[in-house]
Amino acid sequence: MNAMDLFKIFISAAFVDNIILARYIGLCPYIGMSSNVANSLGMGMAVTFVMVLASIATWVLWNFIFVPLGLEYLQIMVFILVIAVLVQLLEAILKKMVPNLYQAMGIYLPLITTNCAILAVTFFGVDYHYNLIQVVVYSIGVSLGFTIALLLLAGIREKLRFSKVPQFYQGYPMVFISTCLLAIAFMGFKGLVK
Amino acid sequence: MNILMPTILIGVLGLVFGVMLAWFSQKFAVETNPLVQKAEKILPGANCGACGFPGCSALAEKIAAGEAPPDACPVGGPKVWNELSSLLGKEIDSNREAQKAILLCQGEKEVAGEVATYQGVKDCRAAHLLGNSFKVCRYGCLGFGNCVKVCPFEAMILDEEKGLPVILWEKCTGCGKCVEECPRSIIALLPAREQVVEACVSLASPRETRQSCKKGCIKCSICVKSCPEGAMTLEGGRIKIDRDKCNLCGICIEKCPTKCLVWVEKKPSLEEKEVGVRVGG
Repeated sequence: MNAMDLFKIFISAAFVDNIILARYIGLCPYIGMSSNVANSLGMGMAVTFVMVLASIATWVLWNFIFVPLGLEYLQIMVFILVIAVLVQLLEAILKKMVPNLYQAMGIYLPLITTNCAILAVTFFGVDYHYNLIQVVVYSIGVSLGFTIALLLLAGIREKLRFSKVPQFYQGYPMVFISTCLLAIAFMGFKGLVK
Repeated sequence: MNILMPTILIGVLGLVFGVMLAWFSQKFAVETNPLVQKAEKILPGANCGACGFPGCSALAEKIAAGEAPPDACPVGGPKVWNELSSLLGKEIDSNREAQKAILLCQGEKEVAGEVATYQGVKDCRAAHLLGNSFKVCRYGCLGFGNCVKVCPFEAMILDEEKGLPVILWEKCTGCGKCVEECPRSIIALLPAREQVVEACVSLASPRETRQSCKKGCIKCSICVKSCPEGAMTLEGGRIKIDRDKCNLCGICIEKCPTKCLVWVEKKPSLEEKEVGVRVGG
């Protein structure tokens, strides 16, 4: 275990196995929250917050309670419960401590409760048999990748508003086509990390 | 045994999380004014922004904090104002009436002539920028329906044939969005009751008005002279009607040579359309 390994995990999580553009997970917030750059940055921040906390919490629960007791089949149920509770806690804390950030995040925070990307990261963290430090680095990498993908699409969509799109492509068709092109571009990272 | 363990575990987890959430929600409780929610329930909830605040919840906060008067919502009308004033124990002006928007122009396509063919952006503001624009009348409705687009309550329809917007009074809430939008200030807010209205905003000379529109006010003052109650005056080029003096006899409407006086609510000015659309109730 050294810094190089952690760096590898980080890069592969953020770019090579980008949660949206390589794994196609979490497309709903990706499409829904990318209409402008400011909103997508808020969403990215909220996701980063919850993703890191959730993967730490689930990792601890998993390795100290569920594996010793042999209750691996409860994974989905418990992980969803943990994420939902975390989001609720986070909301209460933010509302009290940092009302400005709470206002800025607005409805994105509760939306994250049912975000499949968060659930997927908690699963991967467990499946890859990472230790705690690796899980933290991994989840930060994934959420950075999520934010980058969101910001890229938001920038494209802001430009798209001023370009002449054929009528039958206007709206979501064009967004999905842009997403496909982005995904193709991200394929260039394949093979970067062995 | 196989069932017991997971049941206990999930139960304990649920209990821990539940207690944690309960404790946290008390620890981090943010005190909010209970009046805010009550006020928000009373408000229409259209989030039209006519009050000048971003949405009904923002206005509810301001009203509860005493920073806005209980009758700040123009859409709600007297019912909402009264409820809010009794909720907060604050007096409001009881004489204030609900208002409706009305179009003060009858310059439909056959009535008001055009000097040019306009081929620019189909937008009143854009057309208004072009000097006197394409209509002969410099004051009349351009008919591209900016007001229709801006109406948050779908209370306006653009009559393409006539080239004039039509206001549906059953739906109009008097929010004043169209009044703000109209570049020529043709739409006005009036108390929602039966009344006589001068449906022309032209300040042009009588000669010019005669040339530009069949239903324009030519300042002949016949209505002023004929009114038995003395409710009408000619002030600053416009006919002013004193609504307290007017007893709705309708003599002025009969005498008006250009038919620019309109009886709102009784004889709607822009009726007779097959779509069943008219201005007055």
